[in-house]
Amino acid sequence: MSYNIIVLAKQVPDTRNVGKDAMKEDGTINRAALPAIFNPEDLNALEQALRIKDANPGTTVTILTMGLPRAAEVIREAMYRGADAGIVLTDRVLGGADTLATSYSLARAVNKFGKYDLILGGRQAIDGDTAQVGPQIAEKLGLPQITYAEEILDITPENITVKRRLENGVETLRSPLPCVVTVNGSAAECRPRNAMRLQKYKYAASTSEKAKLSEDRQALLEKREYLNIPEWSAAYVEADPEQIGLPGSPTKVKAIENVVFTAKESRCIENNDQQIEDLIRELIANHTIG
Amino acid sequence: MTDNNNLIVYCEYDEGRIADVSLELLTKGRQLASKLGVKLEAIVIGDNLDGIEKQLFPYGVDTVYKVSDKRLYPYTSNPHAAVLINLFREIKPQICLMGATCIGRDLGPRVSSCLHSGLTADCTSLEIGDHKDPKTGKEYTDLLYQIRPAFGGNIVATIVNPDCRPQMATVREGVMKKEIFDENHKGEVIELEASKYVKPEDFVVEIIDRHIEKSKINIKGAPIIVAGGYGMGSRENFDLLYQLAETLGGEVGASRAAVDAGFAEHARQIGQTGVTVRPKLYIACGISGQIQHIAGMQDSSIIISINNDPDAPINTIADFVITGNVEDIVPKLIKYYKKNSK
Repeated sequence: MSYNIIVLAKQVPDTRNVGKDAMKEDGTINRAALPAIFNPEDLNALEQALRIKDANPGTTVTILTMGLPRAAEVIREAMYRGADAGIVLTDRVLGGADTLATSYSLARAVNKFGKYDLILGGRQAIDGDTAQVGPQIAEKLGLPQITYAEEILDITPENITVKRRLENGVETLRSPLPCVVTVNGSAAECRPRNAMRLQKYKYAASTSEKAKLSEDRQALLEKREYLNIPEWSAAYVEADPEQIGLPGSPTKVKAIENVVFTAKESRCIENNDQQIEDLIRELIANHTIG
Repeated sequence: MTDNNNLIVYCEYDEGRIADVSLELLTKGRQLASKLGVKLEAIVIGDNLDGIEKQLFPYGVDTVYKVSDKRLYPYTSNPHAAVLINLFREIKPQICLMGATCIGRDLGPRVSSCLHSGLTADCTSLEIGDHKDPKTGKEYTDLLYQIRPAFGGNIVATIVNPDCRPQMATVREGVMKKEIFDENHKGEVIELEASKYVKPEDFVVEIIDRHIEKSKINIKGAPIIVAGGYGMGSRENFDLLYQLAETLGGEVGASRAAVDAGFAEHARQIGQTGVTVRPKLYIACGISGQIQHIAGMQDSSIIISINNDPDAPINTIADFVITGNVEDIVPKLIKYYKKNSK
């Protein structure tokens, strides 16, 4: 039996390298100004998809990502590791979306995709840490959800059996397909790039990347369909303009306060009660602990 | 049915006991509801809920909704979401709070998606305040300020939901303070018929097994790491580090020298030959700071070094240096964290 699997992946700013220019005046994130990485837990999700593909020949794994055009980078990275195809949902009108507007947009893209058996994604992205988009997509598509997944134990044409990790225990759930499964960072790490696949997919390009390539390379993409990464717009997925981007977001950022530590000079704390208590209070006040 | 526009807390319970995080939210919810001049309501969904309201009323709850059905315990996503969605359409709360637990973070998004209400995850502070939309100039009074760290903890954002209701937020356990409002406070109990709120087809996901199991060691994802070096002296002395890590909600790591000496298992080793970590806070205890160790932790946001030797190499990359005995200083960190954390 083979399956059609969609893996939701996000290109995220590396939140450990946030510079001063990272925030726009309206409080949203200026992603273009930051180094971008594959959201770590989405890699855990990709690994679960690839394991299903290993065990079920003919299975296809398609990456769906929403973001800037450069998010095609995560699709190529996923192709090097085993994914078959990818789609970038990209459109200026999708910018500034909160989790609800994001999940609506992605759900529209999933509908456009057509037939699928399973949607996988990371539990949460490191730029927002909300863990909301997975369950919200499930709700929008009218599908069951399994969150905090650590391992897919079994998949049949009807059902999927998943072990999930909770605060102080584990639970095994069985859900009918299709469904949405979000994968925890405690799940198996993603396999590394495969040298053969790297050769095969290194010229994969999105629609806008292709336009900037030399004629030779464009001709190569014409010849090899699998190297093409389509870019979908909000109109293409028939998204309601009222439900996307900033206008479609019920939550608004009212204020932003920076808590980046600037001083890297060591401060000596005396080994006495007063100074240690002051240190603890400082760490609580700047949200490092507590 | 009671009037609309109240504040409701989704209460988790297990083995007959309401979860601490829910009681903490009720404490906060009571303050917010009083400020808004509305009722504090609680909903408990599960099985065998007889007398559960007795645990809730002392926290100042005015209305307890109970939905009891043996299929509603243990928790599964769709049935609990269906109860909240259908009830909220009826009673129209202005605010809904839930724990940022595996349950709350599974349930909240599903409910908010269906009701098209905003949801803010993992709030560290909740306040009531006014808001003026910078674009339209429209003014709003008495909104819920949902305050949370974002962007890997680099910023703290205040989020509002000006137009959609309920305004939903989740809060992690231990963030709010749990406090009895009045031992003798009494409210109303409303028992809801489960079948009115949940359809048979909502019971779509089946629980096959459920058991307590300790997590595997996961130092890579830990936001706080307490790491010990050879200077800890023994495996027994590492116990102090476990206590500190547990208090702060972190994990214990170790240097290669400490692992080689048998003080900690290999899975905890940090450095070039172990795991590379980038936590929010790294507390190095009795670690001198060999280069291969530093390579594995130098990107930590904040580093505290505790060492007898004021010239330990690790001190040069530490934000805070405490010179002294680990067994002396760590208990003080625990004590003052407990004192100041709520």
